[in-house]
Amino acid sequence: MQDLWQNLVKQFTATFITEQRYMLFLNGLKTTLTITFCAALLGIVLGFLIAYCRTTYERTLRRGPLLKFLNFLCNVYLTVIRGTPTMIQVLIMYFVIFGSVKIDKVPVAVLAFGMNSGAYVAEIFRGGIMSIDYGQMEAARSLGLNYTQATWRVILPQTIKNVFPSLGNELIVLLKETSISGYIALQDLTKAGDIVRSRTYSAFFPYISVAAIYLVLVLILEKILGNIEGRLAASDR
Amino acid sequence: MTDNILQVRGLKKTYGGEKKKGVKGLTPKLDVLRGIDIDIRRGDVICLVGPSGCGKSTFLRCLNRLEIPTEGTVTFEGEEVNDKDIDRIRRKMGMVFQHFNLFPHMTVKQNLCMAPVLLKLKTQEEAEKRADELLARVGLSEKADVYPNSLSGGQKQRIAIARALAMDPDVILFDEPTSALDPEMVGEVLELMKQLAKDGMTMVVVTHEMGFAREVASRVIFIDEGKIQEDEPPQEFFTNPRHPRLKAFLSKLL
Repeated sequence: MQDLWQNLVKQFTATFITEQRYMLFLNGLKTTLTITFCAALLGIVLGFLIAYCRTTYERTLRRGPLLKFLNFLCNVYLTVIRGTPTMIQVLIMYFVIFGSVKIDKVPVAVLAFGMNSGAYVAEIFRGGIMSIDYGQMEAARSLGLNYTQATWRVILPQTIKNVFPSLGNELIVLLKETSISGYIALQDLTKAGDIVRSRTYSAFFPYISVAAIYLVLVLILEKILGNIEGRLAASDR
Repeated sequence: MTDNILQVRGLKKTYGGEKKKGVKGLTPKLDVLRGIDIDIRRGDVICLVGPSGCGKSTFLRCLNRLEIPTEGTVTFEGEEVNDKDIDRIRRKMGMVFQHFNLFPHMTVKQNLCMAPVLLKLKTQEEAEKRADELLARVGLSEKADVYPNSLSGGQKQRIAIARALAMDPDVILFDEPTSALDPEMVGEVLELMKQLAKDGMTMVVVTHEMGFAREVASRVIFIDEGKIQEDEPPQEFFTNPRHPRLKAFLSKLL
């Protein structure tokens, strides 16, 4: 018992204290959070635009050439992004697209993860918009609102409430998916654990710690999302 | 011509006959309306009756272009209803739906004020004042600040009527306004519609409530096989039906 305890203390010290390794974890955490939130933001904006374009296409009888072209573009985008592994996308983004320019890795990761997330968020938004009873659109239009006004004042506010749980889920997925940024030598939280393992030659403590940190982050996220969801449900009561 | 608020000429609507994703070839064609001509005068209360699927609702929805007619014209207050001007025309053509279609994310009062304010027809204060008047008129003043989900079906439909009135329309289209209601709530909605008729509102009502048609309508119209088969004052319509289909229809109701 005494041995086990001493061993744990030794491992803890080696993992976090020696050479101020806690700074590695802290910086890694900062990088992970930065990438996650910036990518989530980009994904939501991108996903919303794609979904708006696609639902407008589906609900318009006389489609102009611009709308047809945009819809085609969106479909290609969704197919490519959803049809290839995220990791390959990150590698291509860094080594191919930005291969010949010297650029900070964090924005590259944000772009790659954001574009990836955007494709999934687009389908979440599209499902949310299509799930609103078409009578809502008709009621708004019958009052003299045009398509854009009806969409923004009547359809989208209801959509936000419906898609919020799925969006929260996407955010959690994204947070954990950023752990592959180590492949473009980005020192995120996972990479930090990896570096420490390579220095202490002990895998247990660094990796379990990293896992625990992710878990705590997700728990905090869940709590925040739950709170917002409760507030959004005001009109259900 | 002068007092015609709505004029319909040669209105036809065909569904199908188009390419659709996931369907081989063209979708089957269905002629719902096969040439409807009608003049609706200011102050008319018109009840449209007929068997299910005869095109009553389709006709009503063609009037404000929720369905786009395949052929024919609708003229509203001397102006042809087309895609370009439809949003402006709809401001004066209210509509009440079978399933109410209140906006669930807005309070009752916001439901009434949103469109007039957004379309800059009224200021927020004017719209709220008008909303208070209308809520009093439909007897639901105490519900101004609740969300629609907490209302009963009859209350929802009365709010939906108030929402249409908030635009100060010249005509209101009713698409089976009582069909989704519990029997005990039908009365309160019909009573309100009766009041509207008495106040001179022009109304076009698709309904299965023959009692309402008999009592309130100025003209009752029977549609079958996509055409107007009978267009008479209620007295004549119910006591002396001429068309054999109408005779059969009426006899089944009693």
